[in-house]
Amino acid sequence: MDIKQTAVAGTMESSDVMVTVKPASEPGLSIHIQSNVLTTFGDQIRAAVEAVFADFGIRDAEVFLNDKGAIDCVIRARVSAAICRATGEGYNWKGEDK
Amino acid sequence: MIINAVGRELPEKIGNYTVRPFMGIGQAKDDLPVVVSKRRPTLRPASGTKLLPTLEDAIKACGLQDGMTISFHHCFREGDMVIGQVLTAIRNLGIKDLRFAPSAVVNIKNPSVTEFVKDGTITRIEASGIRGELGDAVIDGLMENPVILRPHGSRPRAIESGDLMIDVAFLGASAADEYGNATGQIGPNACGSMGYAFVDAHNAGKVVIVTDNLVDYPCAPISISQQYVDYVVKVDQAGDPAKIGAGAARMTKNPRDLMIAQRAADAIAASRMFKEGFSFQTGAGAISIACTNFLSERMEQAGITASFALGGIPAAIIDMYKKGQVRVVACSQSFDAVAAKAIVECPGVIEIDNAVYSNPYSKGCMLDKLNFGVLGALEIDTDFNINILTGSSGEMMGGLGGGPDVADGADISIVTLPVVRGRTPSIVPKVFTCCTPGTSVAMVVTEAGIALNPKHKYYEELKEDLTAANLKLVTIEELCELARSIVGTPKPIECTDKVVAVVEYRDGTVIDVIRQIKR
Amino acid sequence: MGKIALKRTSLYASGASPVNLLQARFYNEDCLVYDLEDSVPVQEKDAARLLVYNLVKYQRPTGKYVLIRVNGIYSEFIDEDLEAAVRARPDAIRIPKVEHGYEVQKIADRITEIEKAAGIEEGSTELWCNIESYMGVLNAREIAESSPRVVALALGAEDFTASMKASRTKASLEIFYARNAILMACRAAGVEAIDAVFSDINDLDGLREDVKLTRNLGFDGKTVVHPRQIDVVNAAFTPSKKEINYALRVLAAVEEGKKQHKGAVTLGGDMIDKPMELRAQTTLAQARAAGINV
Repeated sequence: MDIKQTAVAGTMESSDVMVTVKPASEPGLSIHIQSNVLTTFGDQIRAAVEAVFADFGIRDAEVFLNDKGAIDCVIRARVSAAICRATGEGYNWKGEDK
Repeated sequence: MIINAVGRELPEKIGNYTVRPFMGIGQAKDDLPVVVSKRRPTLRPASGTKLLPTLEDAIKACGLQDGMTISFHHCFREGDMVIGQVLTAIRNLGIKDLRFAPSAVVNIKNPSVTEFVKDGTITRIEASGIRGELGDAVIDGLMENPVILRPHGSRPRAIESGDLMIDVAFLGASAADEYGNATGQIGPNACGSMGYAFVDAHNAGKVVIVTDNLVDYPCAPISISQQYVDYVVKVDQAGDPAKIGAGAARMTKNPRDLMIAQRAADAIAASRMFKEGFSFQTGAGAISIACTNFLSERMEQAGITASFALGGIPAAIIDMYKKGQVRVVACSQSFDAVAAKAIVECPGVIEIDNAVYSNPYSKGCMLDKLNFGVLGALEIDTDFNINILTGSSGEMMGGLGGGPDVADGADISIVTLPVVRGRTPSIVPKVFTCCTPGTSVAMVVTEAGIALNPKHKYYEELKEDLTAANLKLVTIEELCELARSIVGTPKPIECTDKVVAVVEYRDGTVIDVIRQIKR
Repeated sequence: MGKIALKRTSLYASGASPVNLLQARFYNEDCLVYDLEDSVPVQEKDAARLLVYNLVKYQRPTGKYVLIRVNGIYSEFIDEDLEAAVRARPDAIRIPKVEHGYEVQKIADRITEIEKAAGIEEGSTELWCNIESYMGVLNAREIAESSPRVVALALGAEDFTASMKASRTKASLEIFYARNAILMACRAAGVEAIDAVFSDINDLDGLREDVKLTRNLGFDGKTVVHPRQIDVVNAAFTPSKKEINYALRVLAAVEEGKKQHKGAVTLGGDMIDKPMELRAQTTLAQARAAGINV
C-alpha cells in the first residue's frame, strides 16, 4: 500500500488528535508530534503511530500529529482513517480477525 | 536530605533559605516572636498633600534602593495595570536586585514580569504562584534564587513574623483621595474587595496608593485608611475592567463538569452539617460556580439558609444573598463586576482583610468557622495530597491561592475534579507537587463517584450520611486505576537537583519543592 | 431474553467526537449508543467507524449495555458499518429506519457471516430496530418477530411524524397510536419497547410529564439525546412500593416452585410465565438502581 496523496483525519477538539499523512519525501517513516503531554506520553504516542503503519505495511510516509490529549485507541483510529484516505483504499476489517 | 511528613525529599538549605520541613498539621513550633513591622511612627506636618506627580517621584520619595522588597495586591487579577507601570518606573530609575512579593499569581503581559527578571530589576520572587511566561522561565531555571510560594493564609504570618519584611507597598485602588484614603469598591475600574492589600498597608515601610480615579477628600467608602499611606500617585489607568472579571463567573455547559458540581452539592446536602445556619465557600472555577447554583437549589428544597459564605466571591453567591439564602457574604476578593458592586449595595456583603479570612497565626480567622469548602485541583493522589501548582509536564499552571487554607479550616473540604483531562490523569499514585496535605481533605468528587478519605476526622459520619443518601462511593484507589486504564501510565518527569521553587504550607514549613525540569 | 439488563435510558453519543464518546461512560444511562448515523456528517463516516470500533473494543465501559447505531439499511455505509460494528463486540447493533421483517433478516444473515469469519459466537450480537415511519409501525410485529437477534424496538418520533405528514407537539397525541402499536408488537414478541426521544433538552419539566406517560403506557425505557435527561428518565422508572412487593411475591413463588420441582407456578391463581418472572427481576433491578433496599 502506498501513500498517494496528503490526507487529514481527526479534529482539534479536546481528547482528539488531528493527523496529517503525506507521501514521504525520503525513505522511512517520519513522525512529527505536537502535544501538551509530549513529555509524559510522547513515547507511547509514537509507538501507537508506528504500530498502525506496520499493520498497514507502509514504510514510507510523513506524519504530523496535532494532539489534544488523545488516548492510544483514538490515535490508532485517527491514524488509520488518515492512511485510508491517503491511500484511497478501504480499511481491511478482516485483518482484525487474526 | 530531609523527608517531611508527606514523604517529600527536601534539601536542608537552598541558597540562603533554611528548610523547616512540614511536620504535620498543627505540629509546627508555636514560638514566633512579637509581631514585626517595617511601619514606623512618623510625625507628619499638618499641612501639605501626599499627591506626587509620577510613580518615579513616589519611588524616590520612598527611598527605594537596590535589594529591597516591594509588594502589590492582586485584586485587579488579570486586569492589573499597576504592577507593569511601577516596575517600568523602577527600571527607569536604575534600581536593581529587588525582592518582588505580590499577594498572588500575576500573569501580566506587556510588560511581562519575566523582562524585569531578565534585566536584573527583580532577583527574588515570593508569591502564591507563578504561571504563564514567567512560570515557564522559572521552571527552566531562569532565577538563581528559588521562588517562595505561600498560600494566602501564610502570607500575613510571613509578613508579621519577619520572614517577608516589605519596604514599599504599591497598592492599586479604583478610587482614592489625595491624602491616601482608598478603596476598590467604586470608580470606573472597580475591583471590589481589597482584602489582599491590608496586611501590606499595615506593615510595609512605605505605602504608595496608585489610582486612576482621584476623588474629593475624603474618599468613601474607605478600605485602606490614610493613616497607613505615605504617597498617592494618579495614573491614567490602574485596571482593565474587561479582564478584572475574566476567567471567573462562567456557568459551564460541559455535562461532565455539571455532573461533578451536582454531585458535590448532593454530598453537602447529604451531610448532617447541612442545617440552618451552616457556612460554605465554593470558589470561582467552572465546577465551583455550577456547584454554587446546585447548592442554592438544595437549600431551597431543604428550606434552610446559610449564616455566611466566604472567600473569593462570584455573582452566583450574590444571587443567593439577594434571595435571602445567605446572611453574610465575607469577601476577601470579588471575582466579577456584580460581586464588586455588591459590597456597596448590600449591607450583608462585606469586605474582609485576607488575614481575617485565612491567617491561622492570628486570634482567629473566619475559615475556622467554615463547615464546607469546595476546592479545585490539578492532581490528587491516593493519599489525598493535592497538587494545585504544576501541570502534566511539570509546568507551572496555577497558584496555591487559599486552597491549603480552606482544606485545613473547613470542617469538610471537598475536592472537585474530573478523573482525566484530555490524556492527563487527575487521580495519580503520587502528586508531582504536594501543596495540601491529604489529611486535611475529606473527599474527592469526580464524574465516576465520590471517594471519602478514611483518614479524615469526619470519615465515619460522612460515610454514614452519603450512604444513606445513595451517593455513589468509590475508593481513591479505584479512581486512580480508572484514570490509568483510560490514559495509560505517564512517563515520570525528570528533574535536575536545582530547586526553582519552594512550596510553603500555611504554617511556614516546607511541604514540597519544585525542581528544574530536565530537557 | 435471558440476562437482566436495565434499559431505562439509552443515550446517543456522536461517533464524530472522541470527547463525547469518552465522557458518556460516566453518566447514569443504562445503555450507551455509539452513533454512526445522524450525528456523523457524510464525509466523516469512515473516521467515525474506525473511532467507534476502537473505543468499543479497547475502552468499553463496564456496567453498561453497549450499542452501535449503524447507518441506514439502504445507505452506502451499511456493509462496512456492520463489518466494524460486529467485530467491536457491542451488546447490540441498533438499526435505523426499519420497515419490514425481511430487512432485519437480511441484516441478521450478514451479521452471522461476519460472526463466523471473526470467530465470534454465532447469534451473540443482538439487534435493536428503530421504527421511524408509518410502514415500520404497521409492520412492527413482523419486525419484532423477524429474528431471534431482535431484543428491542425503539420508536423514532421525528421521522415517524414526518412520514405521517403530522406535526410534532409536546402533548404527543400524534404518536400515541404508534407508541401503542409498537408496545403491543413488543409484548407479543417478548422483546423490550423503547420510547422516543423528548427533543427539547432544556425543558426538564416537559420531559418529566412525557416520561410519566412513557412508563404508564408500559415502555421499558426511553432514548435520550442529552446527559441532563438521564436522571429524570431513570427516576421515572423507579418502581412503586406496590410494584416492588408484587415482584417480590412473584419471585418468591418461583423459588418455592423450584424447591418443589413444580413445572407450572401460580400466584393467586395466575400462572407465572417466564416474561412475568423477568419483569419482576427488572422491577427489582430498577428499584435497586434507584437506591431502594430490596
